[in-house]
Order: sequence, then structure tokens, then C-alpha cells
Amino acid sequence: MIPANFDYLRVDSVEGALNALQEHGDEAKLIAGGHSLLPLMKFRLSAPAYLVDINRLDELKYVKDEDGQLIIGALTRHCDIESNSLIKENAGLLASATHHVGDPQVRHRGTIGGAIAHGDPASDIPSALLALNATVVVMGPNGTREISIDDFFVGFLETDLKEDEMLTQIKVPSVPDAKWSFQKFNRRAQDWAIVGASVLVNNGQSGVSLVNMHSTPFRATAVEDAIAGGADAQEASEQAAIGTEPTSDINASVEYRKHLARVLIKRGLKEAGL
Amino acid sequence: MEITLNINGVEQSHDVEPRTLLVQFIREDAGLTGTNIGCDTSSCGACTVHLNGESIKSCTVLAAQVDGMQVTTIEGLAQTDGTLHPMQQAFHECHALQCGYCTPGMVMACVSLVEENQNLTESEVREGLEGNLCRCTGYHNIVKAVLEVSEA
Repeated sequence: MIPANFDYLRVDSVEGALNALQEHGDEAKLIAGGHSLLPLMKFRLSAPAYLVDINRLDELKYVKDEDGQLIIGALTRHCDIESNSLIKENAGLLASATHHVGDPQVRHRGTIGGAIAHGDPASDIPSALLALNATVVVMGPNGTREISIDDFFVGFLETDLKEDEMLTQIKVPSVPDAKWSFQKFNRRAQDWAIVGASVLVNNGQSGVSLVNMHSTPFRATAVEDAIAGGADAQEASEQAAIGTEPTSDINASVEYRKHLARVLIKRGLKEAGL
Repeated sequence: MEITLNINGVEQSHDVEPRTLLVQFIREDAGLTGTNIGCDTSSCGACTVHLNGESIKSCTVLAAQVDGMQVTTIEGLAQTDGTLHPMQQAFHECHALQCGYCTPGMVMACVSLVEENQNLTESEVREGLEGNLCRCTGYHNIVKAVLEVSEA
């Protein structure tokens, strides 16, 4: 399968990327690892007139520890995140969720920024970032703005990113003492989650989120509220499907997905010591 | 657009459309047909090659994205005198293939896996090959071959 034709632009700076976006507006699309965008283009579900290649922006490939939070460059590849000792020690949930993405070949190419900017509710990484209360940093013609991960995903494959903006950084609070669990249910190892769950418990606070249970990555606030109210894993997990609107497809019906959400969150909460 | 890749140590320059996939460039422009196209959706791993030494799926990368980089395909593994790469030899000895369609991608994935982790356990091998599908062998002999190389 071959994508529709496009003009290819390679940029070597964030400024160059922003200029290209400003010039071409919604006819342009940024490409990083390309493991979300290229399949869409090959299926002709997406046909940008201009493809702006940001792969060589080495300035956006880093993991740093700054004042109790991890600062991750948007072009950091999955393989570099899952093996990074700072992330493993201070945000183990993110390392684990990233390890569950695709397979080694995919993780050699895919980037954290690309996975978030794609806005796919079936992606593993956004759920970990929801549970970890991450912040997304974007740059545009008017400078930089920070968006809470809770406000970033606005619809199916739709984010708060404007057409002239670029995701440059992810900030993740360090939680070295947190207990966490990433749960993924699928039929074949490399597949997308039929349903997945991220659970994080830290100092009595919890972050709980679901993969592939809504039009967006979904924070399970009913479960978090139940835990705050003193519920145990069984009681809290019974709230797992509240507010979700999963789809029905060849892998699972709506009811089965809701069942899986309850089961996976219960497993996750138990693994996180609740 | 003019794309230049170093494939198996040989510079290959070809004038291609920006939408040309790396696997097309390898098969149709460079004429190296050892790399197979299977699912064409980055699931099966038949198109696995090395980019700057790491395994990737060449059906989901544009040739333009990797302009100027080093690619190794299955043709580039054996020595020029025909001596097989240790992984190819182990596949041969362990009978790690039946129809052979997945084999080029499988071997490339296995080489990358062993290069990243010298002391693999059986379960690490099985997990590490999650991106390569084989519909014949049941994987047992492939895992055996990888362990043989990893333990050597």
C-alpha cells in the first residue's frame, strides 16, 4: 500500500518546523517516527499535501530530571524511554506502558510525542501519562504553552494542538515511591489493547486511567473517587466503567470491554498494593 | 527526489517519489529482494531490516526519512566468501524455518535482539520476537536458534 503523493519537507530546527506549519496550515502534517501517521496514510485515511519531517531534531531527544520532575523531549523514542534509568526509577509506570507498545522494531522508531499527538484512545502511553498527571508542552508562533494531560485529548484522534503548534516536551512528576501497575489485555503480543489500564498509588493519592474505553484516553475518576473514599480494590474497581463509552468491534462488545475494564483495574489496584 | 542510502556497505542513489517506502526502495530500486513484504501494516515483521544497526519495519518508514543512513538487509549478513552469519548458521542447524517467508525478517530481528541483550532467557527471546510472525514453525526452533547464538 502506497500513500497518496505529498511534498516532503525536512526541517532541522523547531523554528523550521513551526515556519512550515505556519506556511502550509492544515495541509501540513509533522512526521516523527511515523508509526501512527504512515499506516493512516497508507490506508489513505490521511493525505496531507505536505509532510514535515522532524526526525532529525536531536534537540528534542532527551530525558532530564529537574526539580522533582522528569522532562522528556517529544522525539525521545520508545526504546530509549523503556530502558531509561531515570524513568524506570521515578515513573516506572511510563516505562512499563511504553514497553507494551508494539514490538522492538516499532519501539526503535516510535516517539513519545508522536504517540501523544496522535490522540489515539487505544494507545498505551497516554493512559500512563494521565495516571502520572503529566503536562504537555507545545510551541507555536506565539511561544510556549503548557497543557495538563487531562485537557490535551479532546476527541477521537483529536487533541488541543492547533494546526500551527508543535508538541515539544512532556513533564512527568517524579514519584519514586509510588506503587503502580500497567495492565493490557490483547489477543496477540504486539496488538493494540482491547482494553488497558494504568494504576498509580502514591501517598494515598491515586491515578487510574483506561486504554480503549472511550473516544479519548480516559481518566477513571469514579475509581479514583472511590479510593479517596476508602474503598478497597474490589469496591473501587466496580466503578471502572462509569462514564466510559467504548466501541464494539471484532475483538470485543461494549459489555465485554466494560467487564475487562473492571477486571484490569482490580488487578492493577491489587498489584499497586490496594 | 534523490535519495542516497548505504545498503550493505554499497551507496545506492535513486530518484524516487517522496512517498516511496523504504521496503520499496530496497526491493525495487536497489534490487535486493531478500526483504519480503508481508502484512504491509507493521505487524508481521517480514520486512525487518537494520537501520543504523537497529531492527525496524521497512514497510512503515519512508525512504526519504532515512536518506543518508545505513541499512543492512538479509543480503548483507553473510560474509563475501559465503560464510553465514552465526544467526543464519544457527537457523540452519536448528531447522528454524519451514516455508521461509518470514525468515529474512526473523533473522534480522533476532540479530538485533541478541546485539541489544547478550544474555537472553527463553522468555525474553519469545517476548523479543513479538513483532515477527511465523505461521509454520510454532517458533520453537527459532527460539532455540536465538538461544544458541546468545549463549555462544
